[in-house]
Amino acid sequence: MINLVREKNPMPEQAPDIRNKNFLEVAEGYTEEMAVNEAMRCLKCRKKPCMSGCPVMVKIPDFIAKVAEGEFEEAYQIISETSSLPAICGRVCPQENQCEGKCVHGKKGEPVAIGRLERFVADWHAANYGDEEITPVEGNGHKVAVIGAGPAGLACAGDLVNKGYEVTVYESLHKTGGVLVYGIPQFRLPKEIVAAEVAKLEAKGVKFVTDAIVGRAITVDELMEEEGFESVFIGTGAGLPAFMKIPGENLLGVCSANEYLTRINLMKAYLPEYDTPIQYAKNIAVVGGGNVAMDAARCAKRMGAENVYIIYRRSAEEIPARAEEIHHAVEEGIDFRYLTNPVAVKGTEDGHVCGIECVKMELGEPDASGRRRPVEIKGSNFILDVDCVIMAIGTKLNTLILDTTNELAANSKGGIGTDAGAATNRPGIFAGGDAVTGAATVIKAMGAGKVAAAGIDEFLSK
Amino acid sequence: MKMFEVTYKRRLNSNMVWLKIYAPLVARKARPGQFIILRTDEYGERIPLTMAGHDEKDGTIDLIYAAVGRTTMLMDQLEVGDCFADIVGPLGKPTHMDGLKRVCVVGGGTGNALAYPLACGMHAHGVETVMIEGFKNKDLVILEDEFRAGVDELYVMTDDGSYGEKGFTTAKLEELIQAGEKFDEVIAVGPPMMMKFTCQIAEKYGIKSVASLTAYMIDGTGMCGGCRCNIGGEDKFVCVDGPEFDGSLVDWDELIKRSNYYKDQEAEDRAHVCRLTGGVRYHD
Repeated sequence: MINLVREKNPMPEQAPDIRNKNFLEVAEGYTEEMAVNEAMRCLKCRKKPCMSGCPVMVKIPDFIAKVAEGEFEEAYQIISETSSLPAICGRVCPQENQCEGKCVHGKKGEPVAIGRLERFVADWHAANYGDEEITPVEGNGHKVAVIGAGPAGLACAGDLVNKGYEVTVYESLHKTGGVLVYGIPQFRLPKEIVAAEVAKLEAKGVKFVTDAIVGRAITVDELMEEEGFESVFIGTGAGLPAFMKIPGENLLGVCSANEYLTRINLMKAYLPEYDTPIQYAKNIAVVGGGNVAMDAARCAKRMGAENVYIIYRRSAEEIPARAEEIHHAVEEGIDFRYLTNPVAVKGTEDGHVCGIECVKMELGEPDASGRRRPVEIKGSNFILDVDCVIMAIGTKLNTLILDTTNELAANSKGGIGTDAGAATNRPGIFAGGDAVTGAATVIKAMGAGKVAAAGIDEFLSK
Repeated sequence: MKMFEVTYKRRLNSNMVWLKIYAPLVARKARPGQFIILRTDEYGERIPLTMAGHDEKDGTIDLIYAAVGRTTMLMDQLEVGDCFADIVGPLGKPTHMDGLKRVCVVGGGTGNALAYPLACGMHAHGVETVMIEGFKNKDLVILEDEFRAGVDELYVMTDDGSYGEKGFTTAKLEELIQAGEKFDEVIAVGPPMMMKFTCQIAEKYGIKSVASLTAYMIDGTGMCGGCRCNIGGEDKFVCVDGPEFDGSLVDWDELIKRSNYYKDQEAEDRAHVCRLTGGVRYHD
């Protein structure tokens, strides 16, 4: 039976004016009935276009067919064949540019809610089979080190441990999860879900070493020469936050989104029992239009700010954040100032932020990215009264691993150079995720971690 | 030995304490000038502290701190056998020593603790090292014997003349230079204002100055950008580009303002001394 409704089953959510005051998850998840009803919208296309949009090639029509039959555990097993972190991907993947963007339904209505179904299946499994005892996989005697416990590292470690490798993951922060714990807020991705995924890997035999900075405390070469690792995967993420280089950027009250989000998400500044200091500002400008900007703006609202602005230099057509994040942000009262670009941060005599001077933009000819280039409208400058500015305009690559690993080659962007199989120029050393590509998405990093795991397996099986 | 266990604790004066902590991964690579980031417990903030030394064989690092902020007051509650939640490092670039023949290290207050491994490290590296220690008064003087054993010349200064020579470290530095002493480099370690004036004196006589900066930071690996400072018109991160910078290029006024960012919140914390030093977190 096929459900011919053209719209997705709506996601049950906390009401906007309630949720913008708490850190509980915004989307509450489908019920079994909603999931089955949504799954019945799938047309079972023979060419499976949705799968071609998925970086890890989840067998989407197959798992959806099982959901339609009410066989949720079987659906979970199908997803698990190719994806390591479905509860996470179902929540944070930009589905509109991936699987759902290719769904035939999208031509005349809304695509099948693949992301919501993936999340439902993963959550259903955790609720019903989450306590199942995991038996450690029998070892094959090969030792592999993974650097960075973010999405790339976790995916790589997961695939390797399943194949019997003895995997040790080194993490520089005190908690595992990388951007999933320090960047993405609790209301979008509950940290308990990340912790459960890490616990599963631990139960299978993966060792995690936190507080360990590879490149300083120990180098990649030492891991291989002294610690006996036959292969190393580098998944250290993107690194250094970019600033605009405009006047006033070092005034008190200007920070990077990385800093603001880390204080809140990793260091739990929103909970009274934690010591982490945070600036409680009334009016906050967030500069940028990506998911990180949306996360920072929505956190700012929840931390009690009265007015939160998103300042983005292009129009709503070009904004790169996930459609759902923008929709949620608008609902929660975030004030979007499109076609607006900051030119200076204004400060008081004692050095605190008191405003941000912006100029209006219009769109000109397309640039190298294919998007229409924003051009300043002369004389349109104005000042927005804010006491905090959060810069969310991307990151630059951190060169620590490149600087401290013998003869490891960089790529043209300054990231770690790899071939299509995630192999670097050094035999046995693989890399993937933002450390290679610069800032991208969780699922792309996960995909790279999986490609690397396959490469490492091939390298060590020779 | 448990990870991050306190193995030694000694009170140096009314508010300064010397700790040795078991952190073998840090100790095996630590070099003078580098720092660590610590967290006292699950609820603690992450704060950076420059190491006062390390022992690779025992796997320990040395921290000397003054109990003046929330975290350092909590650290004061830890006794031998207690553990920190996290110690991560070594972070930052080590002190540059190669090619130097004779240097003057100038320490102010707590900064003397951080100058200690740096000055002794210089001496051990074959660099002739003159050390000027400065304190408010006699009661606050620390590490005099240790410095005397580890450097070539030592001068102890107090603001009020209650011990050593009376006067500021900057005056002593200028006196030495005017008397014809030659230095390849002057290295300042201490409060920003003291470092600013020390570097200015070095500059006045055409001597290269180096300042060891401290800043707010979270991760210590370049990810948060909280520690950015203006060095010669360019934004640099203290954690990965520093912590030592050419003193003549530092925008001191901006640095001093930025180092006071959370001053109000910290003052509020100090008002809650009873809660902080009640030891509730560790002994309930």
